[in-house]
Amino acid sequence: MRNTIVSKENLSEDVCSFIVEHPEIASHYEPGQFVIVRVHEKGERIPLTIVDADPEKGTIRLVVQGVGLTSKLMNQMKAGDRLIDLLGPLGRPFHFPADAKKGLFVGGGLGIAPLYPKVKHFEGERHVTLGAKDASHLILQKEMKAASFRLTLCTDDGSLGEKGLVTHAMQRLFDSGESFDFCVAIGPLVMMKAVVEANKALGLPTFVSLNPIMVDGTGMCGGCRFEYDGEVKFACVDGPVFDGFKVNFHDLLVRSRQYEKHECRALEHYREKKSKKESL
Amino acid sequence: MSSGRITPRMRPAKERICDFEEVSLGYTEEEAVAEASRCLLCGACVKGCPVGIDIPGFIKAIQEKDFKRGYQIIKKNNLLPAICGRVCPQETQCEAMCILGKKGDPINIGALERFLADHYADESIPRINENGHKAAVVGSGPGGLTAAFELRRAGFQVTVYEALHELGGVLKYGIPGFRLPDDVVDREIETLKKMGVEFLTSFLIGKTLTIDELLQKNDAVLIATGAGLPGYLGIPGENGIGVLLANELLTRVNLMKAYDFPRYDTPVISGKKIVVIGGGNVAMDTARVSRRMGADVVICYRREEKDMPARLEERHHAKEEGIDFQVLTNPVEILLNDEGRVRGMVVERMKITGVADDGRSRIASTKETFEMETDLVVEAIGQSPNKIIRENVEKLEFDKKGRIVVDENLKTTKDNVWAAGDIVSGAATVILAMGEAKEAARAIVEKFGG
Repeated sequence: MRNTIVSKENLSEDVCSFIVEHPEIASHYEPGQFVIVRVHEKGERIPLTIVDADPEKGTIRLVVQGVGLTSKLMNQMKAGDRLIDLLGPLGRPFHFPADAKKGLFVGGGLGIAPLYPKVKHFEGERHVTLGAKDASHLILQKEMKAASFRLTLCTDDGSLGEKGLVTHAMQRLFDSGESFDFCVAIGPLVMMKAVVEANKALGLPTFVSLNPIMVDGTGMCGGCRFEYDGEVKFACVDGPVFDGFKVNFHDLLVRSRQYEKHECRALEHYREKKSKKESL
Repeated sequence: MSSGRITPRMRPAKERICDFEEVSLGYTEEEAVAEASRCLLCGACVKGCPVGIDIPGFIKAIQEKDFKRGYQIIKKNNLLPAICGRVCPQETQCEAMCILGKKGDPINIGALERFLADHYADESIPRINENGHKAAVVGSGPGGLTAAFELRRAGFQVTVYEALHELGGVLKYGIPGFRLPDDVVDREIETLKKMGVEFLTSFLIGKTLTIDELLQKNDAVLIATGAGLPGYLGIPGENGIGVLLANELLTRVNLMKAYDFPRYDTPVISGKKIVVIGGGNVAMDTARVSRRMGADVVICYRREEKDMPARLEERHHAKEEGIDFQVLTNPVEILLNDEGRVRGMVVERMKITGVADDGRSRIASTKETFEMETDLVVEAIGQSPNKIIRENVEKLEFDKKGRIVVDENLKTTKDNVWAAGDIVSGAATVILAMGEAKEAARAIVEKFGG
């Protein structure tokens, strides 16, 4: 049945991977696309990148890091549960530059999951650099290792791979004489901004996948808009993958803070409700 | 008995701005009969109705207190009377034709329609003779629902595809509950379900399934996806925190119930002094929703009030609710603080320079600007068709404005595909979408047999 969670795997303490049934999404999916999910009757709509799809089995794979209320609630769901709503595949598919032979893929934290389908679908030489705050947050290591020609890992605390940021690891690659036809960078806005700035200096074309606040995900509300090359774009229907050189990251950073207080309030409310239930 | 028009009772403004319950209470039986009794039954009004309801017929039934018959008469031409009675712009349609309106007040046709629909709707469904054909309807707004009804009634097996998680389209996400309660919409949808129409939510045609795939499974496809792509001004500061497009505010509040956050998970950014830009019905809805979220609200409109496309009734209600109309003002810049939050808006004062071809004022800038105090700006300046179908279909022709090109029978350039509503005519009204949907359904029935 559509929307049913077929299986679930815990990737780290707050990151879960789900295989969800939805034959139409699975058969229409192209890399770069996402879904909108709702987990309960009073729930909000959140976008999640499709990490993989199996058209034959009619399933898609989603990787969720529990940061906000909905993602935390989703991570409590089990195999056999159903997502109340699942809409997709949304957004435009991502296509690699023509004739590209060697690609640099950079993923940070939560961006590692949406980076994976891009790595997997590139037919040339795949160089992957991943970063996270510590070893336990560096997800999909096994899949990435299998998919990459060369994998570089780094963590903020040095608990795995090199200690430091992905931009440092990239710099060492460049310094060693490596060159690439393009770069795909997915992660927190500050990371993508830093990667784009570094690559701009080298003239290395860089694609970023954006994940701003969305409501409908179909171009109707305009909540995910930002400035791109001097124009207004909607991440949901014009993206989510964009040419990083043209993205106004300042706009996105400002807009990403719109609902900070509400997000805390929603979590507080949830905890209050939960503790009330437990004390009964 | 007074010979003047009877206005249904309204909840006092002070009370209604504290909740999202319906503003108009509708007629009592006594009021309905009294209003109906003013009618001369001349039938001039029918010409003004996009779906051709036998208005004198149902008014006569009210005069005779045969309310059930009255409801049946409406239902013959209109699937959604409880909705149309509430949101149709009667003053420019049926009531504009009313002969009584020439000297005095026209009959309150909308309120009478609503009276019958609210109190005398029956659960009976038309008898259906299956014709063995299948039809897909894309979109579950007023156009889609009307088409589904007509096609099902003619014997088609009908599936309606809706992108959102709720059925009703603009009736749910756009028009607020105080103007059109959700349960009124749900009741009408329930009738369709009983008739055997199948509904699939969270299905975005063009993405989840394509038009060509629908054609493989159906004899006919009718596209009624509405407008759905919001316009924006393109002025500095527009992407700051505290600038929303009306669709976002309305969707968060109406569809996602953000007014009840955190009981519902979706929040909406709030303001103390909200400026709504625009003069259409969406601007009025946005302003009145904002008022109900506890803010002081100003409407900023570049022409004069008489030029506003919004219904007179909506303007009147908005004013009663304490919304300030700042006309002849045109936004030029949204001012942001260091954190990127709205702190004010610069507007220029406009002046009238004459009359445009459409009868509205022609305006020009006076070059004089001033600052409006605000912490939240909402733009309600119109919509154009959503581009998702357009980008995922072949052989379907669109015009420069992104609307689907159709012939006089609402048939598109693609075989077995028809289109109706805002996707054809640009952003218009509920009833026009319904009228077109009916026409398109009729054309489909003609081709395949009813």
